[in-house]
Amino acid sequence: MKRIVTATVHNRSGVLNRVTGLLAKRQFNIESISVGRTETEGVSKMTFVVEVEDDRKLEQLTKQLNKQIDVLKVSDITDKAIVARELAMVKVISNPQIRSEIQGIIEPFRASIIDVSKESVTVQVTGKSDKVDALIDLLRPYGIKELARTGLTAFTRGHQPQVAEFKSYSLLK
Amino acid sequence: MKAQASAEQETATKTGADLLVEALIGQGVETLFGYPGGAVLPIYDAIYRAEGSFDHILPRHEQGAIHAAEGYARVSGKAGVVIGTSGPGATNLVTGIADAMMDSIPLVIFTGQVAKGVIGTDAFQESDIMGITTPITKHNYQVQEIEDLPRIVNEAFHIATTGRPGPVVVDIPKDISSTVYAKEVKSDFHLPGYQPTVKPNPLQVSKLHDALVEAKKPVVLAGSGVIHAGASEELKTFVQNYQLPVTTTLLGLGSYPGTCDLSLGMAGMHGTYSANTALYECDLLINIGSRFDDRLTGNLKHFAPNATIAHIDIDPAEIGKNIPTHIPIVSDAKAALEALNAKTVKGLHHKGWMDAISQNKIDYPLWHDQPDELIVPQWLMQKVYEYTGGEAVVTTDVGQHQMWAAQYYQFDRPNRWVTSGGLGTMGYGFPAAIGAQLADMNSTCVAVVGDGGFQMTLQELSVLQERRLPVKILIVNNQALGMVRQWQEKFYSERYSESIIDVQPDFVKLAESYQVPGYKIETQEELLEVLPKVLGDDQPAVIDCRVLQKENVYPMIAPGKGLHEMIGVKR
Ligand SMILES: Cc1ncc(C[n+]2csc(CCOP(=O)(O)OP(=O)(O)O)c2C)c(N)n1
Ligand SMILES: [Mg+2]
Repeated sequence: MKRIVTATVHNRSGVLNRVTGLLAKRQFNIESISVGRTETEGVSKMTFVVEVEDDRKLEQLTKQLNKQIDVLKVSDITDKAIVARELAMVKVISNPQIRSEIQGIIEPFRASIIDVSKESVTVQVTGKSDKVDALIDLLRPYGIKELARTGLTAFTRGHQPQVAEFKSYSLLK
Repeated sequence: MKAQASAEQETATKTGADLLVEALIGQGVETLFGYPGGAVLPIYDAIYRAEGSFDHILPRHEQGAIHAAEGYARVSGKAGVVIGTSGPGATNLVTGIADAMMDSIPLVIFTGQVAKGVIGTDAFQESDIMGITTPITKHNYQVQEIEDLPRIVNEAFHIATTGRPGPVVVDIPKDISSTVYAKEVKSDFHLPGYQPTVKPNPLQVSKLHDALVEAKKPVVLAGSGVIHAGASEELKTFVQNYQLPVTTTLLGLGSYPGTCDLSLGMAGMHGTYSANTALYECDLLINIGSRFDDRLTGNLKHFAPNATIAHIDIDPAEIGKNIPTHIPIVSDAKAALEALNAKTVKGLHHKGWMDAISQNKIDYPLWHDQPDELIVPQWLMQKVYEYTGGEAVVTTDVGQHQMWAAQYYQFDRPNRWVTSGGLGTMGYGFPAAIGAQLADMNSTCVAVVGDGGFQMTLQELSVLQERRLPVKILIVNNQALGMVRQWQEKFYSERYSESIIDVQPDFVKLAESYQVPGYKIETQEELLEVLPKVLGDDQPAVIDCRVLQKENVYPMIAPGKGLHEMIGVKR
């Protein structure tokens, strides 16, 4: 099962190495990691998308992360009401004729063209991972020259509905 | 007076190394195990200038230093402190760091590092010791600013010795240890990400109490968590209150008195029949401070298949890691046992179980051959036990002799048994004995080592020569890598690939060249004559005791097998 786990960490040298090393050593399957600063000075947030076999494995993952001295808080937010975003940049082969065609494709995704050259355009798209996937699929027939994704970053919504199950809000099934 | 002293402190110029020395003194450190080199020259200079502050032990190899520090930590209960230089000095420490991580030994290791300005340039004797030790330390630091040094030292000791203990590395670039610093430094710390849970949840404690009262077949598994928590007395009371049989892990030996009626001895791959059978058949298993290692559990499918599992551990990550747990209690072992001991116990339901267990102890004791003249290692261990009255500090290497020592030496007290469990490090036993002896100069300290493992770290005989430390090295000499040979006999059709070693040094002459008395023993008669004499004097000794080569450690659970599938239970 796919889970979204966030960790706030002390922004010290070596902390990223410690966290990723631990995940590798315990054979956790990481789909993506994103790291960045937070509102608090000296504190960063990591967002992991992981593939785990079962609840026990997941529990191990959060416990092992929590055990690290520089890890302040670990949350599995998969089943919470969350906002989650990923950014992708896609360099698509295109000539001036099909550029407008591409424009038409990306518009419903609220993506934008951020670079244009004679042979290509670069599209920037932000959103949940499945939306990003969908746009990439649509652009693929034109020929993708380069693709870069940031990995998911996420946190819980300001308001958590008082329901036990949030499956419908869940980003990842 | 006081104000004047602190005013002086503010203005006195000190190097980073002086700040380190001050912090170590502040931590109450008395003994250092280290080896000098370029990157730690400033530190060694500060140690020199602080003459009289520390007893510094100079091993002949950094691995010797760190295993000695481990032995010291095990016996004293304090952190072992190690110093090594950058590059090869630091990498020579790696085995010991990994060993301490596996066995939860509190160590603080200071490594020199090249100056900050050249880190990352492959400078002379640079190694990425932060990268190398990240997976094998509880935590590690590289000091970036001189004013952080005292705080980091204090944090390192705090982290190493609290919660689940473990090794902490502090890497100190040479420019930091040599820079002069005149300002006041702060050394207090706050670690919001490190707040071990030490008190048990009362609801969980009540749940365990209820389960104990209901149980028909309860058994306690005591691990080294009991020893780290200093909870042996509480364990005794607990066991007495609820009338429980107790088995221990290899590292848990001594957490509960081995000679008590309720003790079943060690469980696991070479555990006793009664212990393993109790674990297999129980309906309630109370694990206190052990981590369900595979050498203990055997095949997980057959581990305590019908039991409710209760697990008391200070490290929440150990609970549920290998075995699904019904009653998890995150706590220091002592606090949890105190909470349980506060309960009133009446109406227990497991008399029949206790009878069956006692019968197993009588029907299936440990056994071994007994030739007329030659020595079998099991008998040898019994003699060591007898002649030391069970009071010695015993360290071991790794192999057959380790298992025999664990089986036949009965520890009635904690912190007397020093062995490498999780990592299984050959070469551990002798240097560990040096540290163990230093931690307890009043006890007889016996290093039970294999002829193979002793040769990995025997250069530390120099330390005995220099210090006249009365460590007794007992080489259980089967002229073989016995444990490897046993597996080859059992599982590889007796193809003894690289495990029979008939070329050896003359251990007596070797010892004598270090001015350590050496003895070679080949018969029971010789042993009965020499051993009591040697164990009774105040000299170091090397005893090369020849034992039958083809003895096997029994009983045994073969790899992949379950607790109920022991072999060699009876002759
Ligand atoms: C550093 C290291 N290398 C290899 C091993 C694998 N190993 C485990 S036991 C053993 C044999 C040890 O022989 P010896 O020290 O003579 O002890 P014995 O088993 O004969 O009592 C070996 C090679 C190990 N545990 N540690
Ligand atoms: Mg041997």
